[in-house]
Amino acid sequence: MSEDEEDQSPPPSDLRSQQQQQRPPCSPNKSRNCISSSSQTFPDHVLENVLENVLQFLESRTDRNAASLVCKLWWKVEGLTRSEVFIGNCYALSPTRLTQRFKRVRSLLLKGKPRFADFNLMPPDWGANFAPWVSTMAKAYPWLEKVDLKRIFVSDDDLALLAHSFPGFKELILVCCEGFGTSGIAVVANKCRKLKVLDLIESEVTDDEVDWISCFPEDVTCLESLAFDCVEAPINFKALEALVIRSPFLRKLRLNRFVSLEEVHRLLLGAPQLTSLGTGSFKHDNQSEQEQEPDYAAAFRACKSVVCLSGFRELMPEYLPAILPVCANLTSLNFSYANISPDMFKPIIHTCHKLQVFWALDSICDEGLQAVAATCKELRELRIFPFDPREDSEGPVSELGLQAISEGCRKLESVLYFCQRMTNAALIAMSHNCPELTVFRLCIMGRHRPDHVTGKAMDEGFGAIVKNCKKLTRLAVSGLLTDQAFRYMGEYGKLIRTLSVAFAGDSDMALRHVLEGCPRLQKLEIRDSPFGDVALRSGMHRYYNMRFVWMSACSLSMGCCKDVARAMPNLVVEVIGSDDDDENREFVETLYMYRSLDGPRKDAPQFVTIL
Amino acid sequence: MIGQLMNLNATELCLGLPGGIKAVDSPARSSVRNKRGFSETVDLMLNLQCNKEETVDLNNATASKEKTLLKDPAKPPAKAQVVGWPPVRNYRKNMMTQQKTSAEEEASSEKAGNGGGAALVKVSMDGAPYLRKVNLTMYKSYQDLSDALAKMFSSFTMGNYGAQGMIDFMNESKLMNLLNSSEYVPSYEDKDGDWMLVGDVPWEMFVQSCKRLRIMKGSEAIGLAPRAMEKYCKNRS
Repeated sequence: MSEDEEDQSPPPSDLRSQQQQQRPPCSPNKSRNCISSSSQTFPDHVLENVLENVLQFLESRTDRNAASLVCKLWWKVEGLTRSEVFIGNCYALSPTRLTQRFKRVRSLLLKGKPRFADFNLMPPDWGANFAPWVSTMAKAYPWLEKVDLKRIFVSDDDLALLAHSFPGFKELILVCCEGFGTSGIAVVANKCRKLKVLDLIESEVTDDEVDWISCFPEDVTCLESLAFDCVEAPINFKALEALVIRSPFLRKLRLNRFVSLEEVHRLLLGAPQLTSLGTGSFKHDNQSEQEQEPDYAAAFRACKSVVCLSGFRELMPEYLPAILPVCANLTSLNFSYANISPDMFKPIIHTCHKLQVFWALDSICDEGLQAVAATCKELRELRIFPFDPREDSEGPVSELGLQAISEGCRKLESVLYFCQRMTNAALIAMSHNCPELTVFRLCIMGRHRPDHVTGKAMDEGFGAIVKNCKKLTRLAVSGLLTDQAFRYMGEYGKLIRTLSVAFAGDSDMALRHVLEGCPRLQKLEIRDSPFGDVALRSGMHRYYNMRFVWMSACSLSMGCCKDVARAMPNLVVEVIGSDDDDENREFVETLYMYRSLDGPRKDAPQFVTIL
Repeated sequence: MIGQLMNLNATELCLGLPGGIKAVDSPARSSVRNKRGFSETVDLMLNLQCNKEETVDLNNATASKEKTLLKDPAKPPAKAQVVGWPPVRNYRKNMMTQQKTSAEEEASSEKAGNGGGAALVKVSMDGAPYLRKVNLTMYKSYQDLSDALAKMFSSFTMGNYGAQGMIDFMNESKLMNLLNSSEYVPSYEDKDGDWMLVGDVPWEMFVQSCKRLRIMKGSEAIGLAPRAMEKYCKNRS
């Protein structure tokens, strides 16, 4: 489960190092002098070796970025010893720069498209292709072991190149990616003999009618994690069963909906060492020839180590009690694809005392949330998705559920909550009850909807959240909001790194409050809000320190965007149009801007104008 | 007389509204200028007390991502669905849709593809180890498609594909030369189940009738040529 996991990260080290290069750095001569004062006889290369041996233990990105700023020698050695590189925006630098700066990379985490692209706010084929990265790394890092991509376009050819170029390849994680099919997966399965992790998460995988499961090598595998719940293609179950049997290290298995409950049952009997299971379809096939229904509960009972359960596609609720034997151990439960009523839900949740992560549909209603609050005292993360994701749908959860959660789950750190009705009072209560909150994302699905009890704007509620939740780093707001809410954000949101705004605010002042007030702001995504040129200009001192700014359907003029682009040469300012190529458009459709060390990209499609 | 005119206008307005409030699927599809034009016409023509809210609704639906003018919280939001709101990923929406509909409907909605109107066809190439899928609505012409296919299968064709450009059906001898060569040509299976050479019918017709693509060696495609020419001539006349 990694929907929108965000990393707590500072800007990419390259920018800092560039800044460092612009100021005269500690020159090699100087460093020689600095060090020689304490140990006059040691030549540079010995010091380098010592440094290398020390720096290789540094794991945290932040620490490494800091270390690389000490002096040129440290910068160089840090570059030699960094084995995992995180790139939050694939267009912030070119692949060549990566390979020049870091020489011994084993692991790459790369993020591509901005998050709002998930909601059809950007035409397809915008970019974020894996191809240039994989081809450059194929030559530079033959020892590469891990690639973790999010919102990147990956083709089958890219996967084939990856499989052929990195003999020691161990981990492939593709989150919200697209562009490839089961044929590309087959090549990876077949060629990467040391593969430990193959996780396809919420990605679009085309069905090339290839039996990729059979492509894994015949002997014992190194597989520890295999997740293919998003692959919309039938699989060869016999081959899967055989694969699981010859994968003694397999701990995490996430099946797709083409694996039936009986088949899951068989797999569980053969793989009791699993810690994380994503079931396939959870319904009994009434046409099966067996006289007696298999004892599903027994299979789950045998899995003493399962702590994470997900899946439950096509759920027949009467079979849900089969999971009861493992509930007491569960730390993570994902029901977010299962339409479960409160009555079906309550007996299950009452046994889940250790639960820390819980995802579900709003079909469990406020009643179900109250049950969660009563039982799950260790809850850290809650996500409630709408069964009917329309603006004017029924809305079975409301402020009652959220209030109950805040009272019962005091250790809560992360909330994502879709609802139709909310009150300021519930948010204020949550802000007081849950001081550990770092992520608060509330989506009141009706646009501009006020507090449904008082009729007032939601300003005070969100204000309380930013004021009282002192650890808050990520915030998404909704409902009727005036500039006042943004004043609160600017005043109190000192740690906020990611802010998501939609259909909110009255004027430019709102955005100005945020741009002038939130010093840690890195990622700003805004849609359909009345923010214009004045607001955009007010943030010019910030944009180099941010990962990106997205503003769509706001009131920005082309002239202002051009001004910003002119004033900030290391900022790539993309204007993304719609089909309506009217030169006289008053406002820019979409503005997406981000800092870049290597200038504007060369692969922009024609609907993107880089200013 | 005026009363009749007003009635006519009333009818016009009613006919217009459903079209105006149609859900807009993707930003690429909103033809904002046209629809805005229509509502302007409505404004001009009508002397009826046009419900201000209705006009605003039209604008809201057509310029679906512009800030709504409905600031008054007491009024219910427009019924038109706004692009990308609520912010639920397509992946999740598709999963829920599957569970709500029957298996049969699942199949057809999957084929319809995301965003509606996608024409996904499988492309196979003789000798290549795997299939691809292309969305024909992504291309505007045979040349576009030809370029895309050439790129897709470039590692296998070693330059033998696309070098000649799209097939020139007018020049029979040129066509015959091509079909005698070892160059690759694209063929497709149409709605009737016939295999034809790509390029014989107008592009739009091709997109409608193409079910599957197969890239084969020119020499193998010879069998298709007579039929292709026949159908071509039939279509031309």
